Amino acid sequence: MRKGKSNWLLLLPMYLFTILFVALPIVYMFLLSFLSRAEVWGVDFTFTLDNYKKILEPLYLNTFAESIKLALISTGLIVLIGYPYGYIMARMSAVWKKRMLLLIMIPFLTSALIRLYGWIIVFRSNGVLDKILMGLHITDAPLKLLYSYPAVVVGMVYSLLPFMILAVYSSAEKLDFTLVEASRDLGASSFKAFWTVSFPLTLPGLLSGVVLSFIPSMGLFFIADILGGNKIVLVGSVIQEQLTKGRNQPFAAALSAVLMILTSLMISLYKKLTGSSQLEGTML
Amino acid sequence: MKMKKWPFVYVGIITAFTYVPILLTVVYSFNASKLSSIWEGFSLKWYVELFQDRDIKEALVNSLLLAVLSCLLAVFIGTAGALGMHKHKRKANDVISYLSMLPIMIPEIILGMVFLSVFSLMGLPFGMVTLVIAHTTFCVPYIFSMVRARLVGMDKSLEEAALDLGASPARVFRDVTLPQIMPAILSGVMLAFAMSFDDVVISIFVTGPTVNTLPVKIYTKIKTGVTPEINALATMMLLVTVLLLVGAYVVGRKKSPK
Amino acid sequence: MKDIILQLNGIKKSFGGTEVLKEISLEVSRGEFITLLGASGCGKTTTLRIIAGLETPDGGSVLLDGEDITDLAPNKRNVNTVFQNYALFPHMNVEDNVAYALKIRKVPRQEIAERVAEALKLVQLEDYGKRMPDQLSGGQRQRIAIARAVINRPKVLLLDEPLGALDLKLRRQMQLELKRLQKQLGITFIYITHDQEEAINMSDRIAVMHEGVLEQVGTPNEIYYRPRTGYVADFVGNANIWHEAGATFAIRSENVLMDGEAVCTREAQIVEKRFAGGQLRIVFRMEDGQMITASRYGIDSDLPIYSKVKIGWLPEHAVQVETDGGEKTNGANITERIPAEAELSAAAATGNGGT
Repeated sequence: MRKGKSNWLLLLPMYLFTILFVALPIVYMFLLSFLSRAEVWGVDFTFTLDNYKKILEPLYLNTFAESIKLALISTGLIVLIGYPYGYIMARMSAVWKKRMLLLIMIPFLTSALIRLYGWIIVFRSNGVLDKILMGLHITDAPLKLLYSYPAVVVGMVYSLLPFMILAVYSSAEKLDFTLVEASRDLGASSFKAFWTVSFPLTLPGLLSGVVLSFIPSMGLFFIADILGGNKIVLVGSVIQEQLTKGRNQPFAAALSAVLMILTSLMISLYKKLTGSSQLEGTML
Repeated sequence: MKMKKWPFVYVGIITAFTYVPILLTVVYSFNASKLSSIWEGFSLKWYVELFQDRDIKEALVNSLLLAVLSCLLAVFIGTAGALGMHKHKRKANDVISYLSMLPIMIPEIILGMVFLSVFSLMGLPFGMVTLVIAHTTFCVPYIFSMVRARLVGMDKSLEEAALDLGASPARVFRDVTLPQIMPAILSGVMLAFAMSFDDVVISIFVTGPTVNTLPVKIYTKIKTGVTPEINALATMMLLVTVLLLVGAYVVGRKKSPK
Repeated sequence: MKDIILQLNGIKKSFGGTEVLKEISLEVSRGEFITLLGASGCGKTTTLRIIAGLETPDGGSVLLDGEDITDLAPNKRNVNTVFQNYALFPHMNVEDNVAYALKIRKVPRQEIAERVAEALKLVQLEDYGKRMPDQLSGGQRQRIAIARAVINRPKVLLLDEPLGALDLKLRRQMQLELKRLQKQLGITFIYITHDQEEAINMSDRIAVMHEGVLEQVGTPNEIYYRPRTGYVADFVGNANIWHEAGATFAIRSENVLMDGEAVCTREAQIVEKRFAGGQLRIVFRMEDGQMITASRYGIDSDLPIYSKVKIGWLPEHAVQVETDGGEKTNGANITERIPAEAELSAAAATGNGGT
């Protein structure tokens, strides 16, 4: 009915922009990861596998292991806290749902840095937490929590929790609660009803939340930076260091390439497990 | 089914927990002491200092400019793309829409790394131009996917009805399609704006020595040492976010009949 | 003949290799109420969309008032549509919806206001101008959709199952209302439905469609009492269909007579008796195994099940129809439901014949 020409005019900016500034740069990143670093500045266009070999060195392998460990711990906590939260939220009345969404969105849309900065006030030596604990005589000396591992975990959980809550909420909202009632009616205990009906049906939301919190947690170097000092080194921190201080773009590219492959593996695993093409609670 | 009390208590506690650091920041922004752990009485001196800080002002202007430019570009690219893809189904469309989503799927650090190396390869001077390009890449997906979803959900017979009543295709777009996708564009822009205004990771890599965005400025300030001025700044930013969100909530509630 | 307003000549249309319309030809007279009747997927909506210009036919032509409009854009045709789901613009109030076609044509404001008021009065919703579509009930939306479509006085109004979403009571009421509107406006209506009762109640003529072909076009009486094909006889009120002497016949169940009333008689056995919709339906098995259903209002036949009776009909009621090759007819359906032979005779032997 309509002419294809005007249609191409609509598509052109999107096609051009995506190819030029998304697809080609990512291709270049993979290419770069096989090149070597020039003597003084920039990149030397000779093929090498050295960057990948370097990743296999204990130092960097350790970094990957540490990052994954931190991501696992944070994601585990996020699941424990966020799943019940999202599920309960989905069962509230329509008015409360709206209010709760608003309450969640306010910190979510406030600058991530500023939210983290608040934790510095809490954690710092003789900070709010120390004051409270010492005031209650639970501890008698400052805990020195700032720049510690727990502080980083709290920061990660705090920053990524909304993703989990929204993902679980979105799938629990679609859940037909008469199914739970039917299961209760058929004699299931409330735990059994949850485990056999609600849980499987909200699993896509839970898994989506896992993907959404696991992936960024490996790259959020500034959380480790602000709350962990320079004690905790994540893949993200190494990439940043190699780019800025090390001026070793090819090695940073190789690290990014590995991170990216891990990411795509997780997303395709999610899609395979749930059989859906979209991450629940997002537009991805 | 009626719910028991304890789930509400649980949700309440977690929600309160998420507000602790924010509220502390607000409280301490009025603290007279420079050492934020000691309360020395109410004072507005950090606000005074904040409003006199030229660096912060400049960074704020940069951040606003950056977010506005990126969102404008993204609205143009994303909306046109969604409309074009909606009218004709092509295989290539799926590839492009998948690729266009990558910037918000992969860890931000990768995007920062990629842009740093590509821009230095291209010889583009680091500054506002590189910032706008980089930010547009992750603003497009928010707007594109929202508009696309709205178009898929839109009743096709609305456009047909307008055409049937004598409207030209251009008129159909103006009278029916645009008003239908407007809410999607607006919520896409709201998200994209927030993401751009808040971004540290990507900005750090693509910003030049002379251009600072507000989050980058805050990041360096936090890293180099605590100043209560940041508390004041955080409170101001929080206020803007709350006002915008509550505004959107109230407007949304008025519009819907139930 | 009457004067023809719309003419379809050999319209063909395929979607992805499936032939949806196979050379449809139809002439519609000015001021007529014609219904395209058929099951879902028979091609009636596609036909309507081709007339509206929302689809382009692969072959054939559409003539409006003698002018070829086959390739004319929908916005340039003097034909309007009432969509199945009403398609009211949700962001405009009732007045703006109704006024839309006039605004497009840049009609002066004063005139728009007058004509909108007139159109709203026509559908008896004078006071609803400022409401938004989501503040209206289904029936009210329906009326607004009609007001919007007729405001520009189209030569032909197309209605795509407009009453499909309404409940039965409201549907009956709207049928009368639509008929009144059509008389009052004098506009040609092309109406789509899958409900044979609706078609018979409202139409001047009915065109029965089946798998992209017009099976029969005629007045409700012709369609009902003189079905041309087995499909029409079956679709319009489930007639009995049986085969005899190499031909196929159809007869309506109310015309099946018992005992001495009939002229053409057959030996038959009562197989089933049940009440449906206030009437008694008796299923007979004829000697050759074919089934015939008779229906009666009010009277209960004393004859027990499995008793042998004579049934028959008046010769003018049994209509010979074209057989459509291998088509499943009503008779064939019933055959599948016969109880097994052994069961039948056992029941007869014990005299267990009560209802």
